[in-house]
Amino acid sequence: MSEYAVEMRNQLVGLFGIVERNVYLTKRYFLWDLAFMVWTIANTLTIVFIARAAGLSAAAENTLATKLLVGATIWAFLGIIFEFMTETVAWERWEGTIEYTFMAPLSRLVHLFGQGAFAVLYGLIRAAILFFAVAAFIGIHAPQANYDAAFALLALGSLSFIGVGIMTSVLPLISPEKGAQLGFVAQGVMLAVSGVYYQVSVMPEWMQWIAKISPATYVLRGDRASIVSGAGIAWADIWPLLIIAVLATPIGLAVFRVGERHAKKHGKLKRSG
Amino acid sequence: MSSLAPSTTDLASRLDRQAPAVEVRDLRKTFNRRDRKAGRFARKRPWPALADVTFTIARGECVAILGQNGSGKSTLVRLLSTLLIGDGGEARIFGHDVDREASTIRRLVNRVSVEASFFKKMSAAENLSYAARFYGMTPRQTRVAVPEILGSVGFPPERRGESMEHLSRGMQQKVALARALLTSPVLLLLDEPTTGLDPRSKLEVQEFIREVRAEHDATILLCTHDMGEAETLADRVGILDRGRLLFLEPVADVKRRFGVQTLEQAFFAATGREFENEQTDEDDEYREVFA
Repeated sequence: MSEYAVEMRNQLVGLFGIVERNVYLTKRYFLWDLAFMVWTIANTLTIVFIARAAGLSAAAENTLATKLLVGATIWAFLGIIFEFMTETVAWERWEGTIEYTFMAPLSRLVHLFGQGAFAVLYGLIRAAILFFAVAAFIGIHAPQANYDAAFALLALGSLSFIGVGIMTSVLPLISPEKGAQLGFVAQGVMLAVSGVYYQVSVMPEWMQWIAKISPATYVLRGDRASIVSGAGIAWADIWPLLIIAVLATPIGLAVFRVGERHAKKHGKLKRSG
Repeated sequence: MSSLAPSTTDLASRLDRQAPAVEVRDLRKTFNRRDRKAGRFARKRPWPALADVTFTIARGECVAILGQNGSGKSTLVRLLSTLLIGDGGEARIFGHDVDREASTIRRLVNRVSVEASFFKKMSAAENLSYAARFYGMTPRQTRVAVPEILGSVGFPPERRGESMEHLSRGMQQKVALARALLTSPVLLLLDEPTTGLDPRSKLEVQEFIREVRAEHDATILLCTHDMGEAETLADRVGILDRGRLLFLEPVADVKRRFGVQTLEQAFFAATGREFENEQTDEDDEYREVFA
């Protein structure tokens, strides 16, 4: 094998290692995950029950409940991706392994992408459980739902989410004490402008402009159309997601590199547990 | 122990056989820190952690750097393991610059620090497998290599699946040594590997370091404040005092130079201070920079 091929192979093994580690940790923290899942379902129910309280006809109530459920599910999915990405550094700092990970011969892209890949897998499983559990509990009927299209769009959007997540993952590197919280601020802002429970058109115009650069806008719009009306994947939702995915990952990586260099200059790449 | 080396990594091709294992010239690192006595709102002042440190280590040599907490030992180890960027000077490992060729350095170096640093809920075997993946070792390889290396450090086979949080400090430190050796580093950085261990664990770890030297083609930089450990394990001993490397010589030469019987006396002769008197905590100094 050429040196390049060996390096590629090693990086892929390293990516598998990141995913494998998260599988180990998920197994060890299974009860915690179960409790978190129950909390998310309960939280989503409080949102979807708003449709029942609106005093609409049965059909309109079902449509509103479905829209709210799609919004809550994508919020939960995005929350997982942002949590995993933003806490990439924070977890390792707390566990004390941060120095060993950052001195390992794993490219930062592979390191962060591995973390993102597991987050997407884990987030998709949680999102599916959440959606079907709440739909069954409330009694939502979605006979026209095009789940394949909704799933495919969510998977495509995940590439953009990972890219944006890489940008936020640098925050705990720069500020060990406040970085993770700033990551959650970024997540909240992204969802607020993306029309999580409402149409983007109801927001002030300046917020609508920000919505255009948020990948969540297109995932929410497309998935809502697929679940409620059975629509297929629309090109109008695909191309912005592709552009954001192509731009967000290299920009995120560049931002992370600057942050890593800053941390190495100022001695912040250090355990705190 | 040679069978434990990852077959996927061709370290030999990355080595400049003519170059010293470690070559450090005028290396400087300064942190900004607050004087704790001046209160929380006092201005930060520059604190030289390393001041123009220069030395070389030959391939296969074991060198001990002695110094108290806060002397700059951990800063030196972090710089050599690409976790810190220096303010000036240069450091080369087998001819590769630690800053500009960090990715090459990372394949050559591994480290054992005073804190064992593992995912606490994961087992020893899981932690080692995870670390080995970064160096290209596949599950098939680690299924053989992990039990083998854990056996070689005297880790009980029946405890391989236990969470790290249930293991004693001594056990954890053995797993840390196993982790470092699993990747077959050509430069092993040991940053106080026996600090806080009970006497028996300490002797076991020291014996294992001797074995590594004897059986592995590894160069060792041992940073410690245990003078006895330095004297028994190292070919040459240096004293790092407040960021300055005062000398780096064989123990006999040090004693001859100062006309003393022990390294403690040599430290006193070189610095004018008793070795035990200073109590600065190096870790706490770093944490100041977080604020």
